[in-house]
Amino acid sequence: MTQTENPLFDMAGRLFSDLCQPKDLADAGTGQWPDAAWSAVEAAGLPGALIPEDAGGFGASPVEAFSVLRAAGEHALPLPLGETMLAGLLLAKAGIAIPSGPISVPSTDQPALKLKRSDGRWTLAGSLRHVPWGRHVKTVVAVADFEERPYVVLISTNGMAPDCADNVAREPRDSFTIDVALKDSEIALSEFSRLDLRAIGAAMRTQQIAGALSRVTAMSVRYAQERVQFGRPIGKFQTIQQSLAVLATQTAAANAAADLAAEAVTEAGVETLAIGCAKVRCGEAASLGSAIAHQIHGAFGFTHEHSLHFYTRRLLSWRDEFGNETEWSTRIGQAAIEGGPDRLWYGITDIGASR
Amino acid sequence: MNRFPFAPPPRSPEAEELRREVRDFLKTELAGTTALQRAESWNGWSAEFSAKMGERGWIGMTWPKRYGGHERSALERYVVLEEMLAHGAPVSAHWIADRQSGPLLLRSGTEQQRLEILPRIAAGTCFVCIGLSEPDVGSDLASARTRAVSVDGGYRVNGTKIWTTNGHRSHYMVLFCRTGDGGERHQGLSQFLVDMKTPGVEVRPIIALTGEHHFNEVVFTDVFLPADSAIGKIGEGWQQVTSELANERSGPERFLSSFELLVEMVRSLGNSPSDHAKATVGRLGAHIVTLRRMSRSVAGMLQAGSDPTLQAAIVKDLGAVLEQEVPEIARLLLGAEPTSSSTTDFSAVLAYTTLHAPSFSLRGGAREILRGIIARGLGLR
Ligand SMILES: Cc1cc2nc3c(=O)[nH]c(=O)nc-3n(C[C@H](O)[C@H](O)[C@H](O)COP(=O)(O)OP(=O)(O)OC[C@H]3O[C@@H](n4cnc5c(N)ncnc54)[C@H](O)[C@@H]3O)c2cc1C
Repeated sequence: MTQTENPLFDMAGRLFSDLCQPKDLADAGTGQWPDAAWSAVEAAGLPGALIPEDAGGFGASPVEAFSVLRAAGEHALPLPLGETMLAGLLLAKAGIAIPSGPISVPSTDQPALKLKRSDGRWTLAGSLRHVPWGRHVKTVVAVADFEERPYVVLISTNGMAPDCADNVAREPRDSFTIDVALKDSEIALSEFSRLDLRAIGAAMRTQQIAGALSRVTAMSVRYAQERVQFGRPIGKFQTIQQSLAVLATQTAAANAAADLAAEAVTEAGVETLAIGCAKVRCGEAASLGSAIAHQIHGAFGFTHEHSLHFYTRRLLSWRDEFGNETEWSTRIGQAAIEGGPDRLWYGITDIGASR
Repeated sequence: MNRFPFAPPPRSPEAEELRREVRDFLKTELAGTTALQRAESWNGWSAEFSAKMGERGWIGMTWPKRYGGHERSALERYVVLEEMLAHGAPVSAHWIADRQSGPLLLRSGTEQQRLEILPRIAAGTCFVCIGLSEPDVGSDLASARTRAVSVDGGYRVNGTKIWTTNGHRSHYMVLFCRTGDGGERHQGLSQFLVDMKTPGVEVRPIIALTGEHHFNEVVFTDVFLPADSAIGKIGEGWQQVTSELANERSGPERFLSSFELLVEMVRSLGNSPSDHAKATVGRLGAHIVTLRRMSRSVAGMLQAGSDPTLQAAIVKDLGAVLEQEVPEIARLLLGAEPTSSSTTDFSAVLAYTTLHAPSFSLRGGAREILRGIIARGLGLR
């Protein structure tokens, strides 16, 4: 079974296709919260897709759960679905009750939050930066270290005034300055480190990038077959065919890398380097792929009216979130160099080999 | 929808077990080789090494036992290939026969050809070269001019093949030539198994820009080929050669040609490289990891009997881009001058890889041709 050959992927694709018509995407871009869409996604049970079965999830494997995000990327779903799935996983594993509604996770983890304990009470201070849909969610989940151990923290942001900002796709990426006391029901030791969390977030973005690249490839091929210049469809010109072939190779690589990332989140833990490789590869594919798609689409693709930008602006945003290519490749390179030249190959074959 | 899916490579515990065995073997066999020798890898010729691999059962691994094969999986074979390349083993002598000529005979050869040739290939003692290209026939293979005409008891061949890798040290050539006229461009083409010692076959060396002698011009003057040297059906050479090329295009040799340079680059960086150097190494690693997954996925497709033509073209195209990037990145990162006569591993390997790089996007199908195949897969042609 490939990542995208499963019933959950098909179901999610059909649902998102209904929810993500150009009008819906344009409305979301003006800052509106698509309430009806969220309700439909929630009714389908998708926000809980990563929650283990024994914690109340419906028992999808991580690979199947991540395929939902591949579909979300393909349709530019303007909701914090991946973030809510990720929060659900963290909370469930830590034994914290999962609140209803959308939950977000900051896509930047610097500077680190300050978690303190005094007189038996937990406090958390610092800033939650780049919180997807921060203004629309009531809860944010993060991982903070205390005495060198990671804790999952559940932060109620209800009523807090965020510092509002958007990424270039006009998806909300808000920040909060916090200094709060945490109830005992809002904190627990985490199975996942801060790096693990960053990696799972990166894995999530690789799915979305791969999905969006599949979409812009299909759109570009169709456009090249329909747009006529010099008396024939531009897709008949060899140079356009070659560009589209390059786009297709980038999309194929991004999808293979996203498969690798999805497989790297397992019951046994998170394989951060595998995900890092995937994020680097998908980030590069996003850059090259969106550039080719725009070149093919000419000036029409540069308008707000054409829907190409719903996908390309997301590609250009997602490559930077949860660690860009430099951040992850530095980590991978560090590990490779520490292993030494004669173990370089072993490091490569070890990736993905433990499963 | 993802147009060209690469199914996850199947898990194979046997293959991983085999990997350890291959690594142990290579540790002994390659002890004392220089980095430059390792960089040659699938250009490196050693009949002795090939025979040792044959003894181990690592050539013709997936073929039926009755033809000297070992009936192992495509994934096990893949492990042997990638370990050989990553360690820089001299595999050139048997590589082509193992990769494409053997499988071609298995699919289309006569029973006699299979029984006679395949066990020798699998033993690592019989080497084969490929006669596709001609002086006037490169990418446009269907316009081959070398011609075999029917004569009493067989065929008489006249024409010239070129760029024939290892033509001067192979036992056989798989010759692709014209046997008929008219009709479609792709009709009237056939393949023959030619004993290189046949009278009238003349091999002339061609020296590559690197100064090496790997490829040749092979001239056929009134060469008589017995009727039973035809491979498959006369006139169906085109169909046969296209499936042969899918085998040729997807393997790990399509993204590991510059691997030794990456190893020497990491060695030269030492223990305290800059963040920029780390990121550079990490990025190349990410590309290799992804390509390796895609290439292993193609091995899985071969194992399952599905047609990987498009996926193979994608792997080869992306692989060549990466292989050609490595020397450019290495020279800028380390600021070393590539020196062909160098005794410093890094600059010698850099010189070697720099000079070979232009061939990466030509041999086995030029970049533009592969992209044309992908465009056809997209429905554009
Ligand atoms: C190291 C090496 C080893 C080789 N070994 C062998 C061997 O053992 N046996 C063998 O038979 N051959 C061998 N070859 C030949 C190889 O298969 C050919 O080089 C390849 O098929 C391209 O043919 P060509 O070199 O004649 O280039 P051409 O076909 O002349 O192409 C030249 C350029 O034009 C482009 N081009 C051609 N047609 C088109 C088109 N329709 N649209 C757009 N662009 C086009 C090509 O992409 C290329 O960039 C070897 C080549 C090399 C470099």
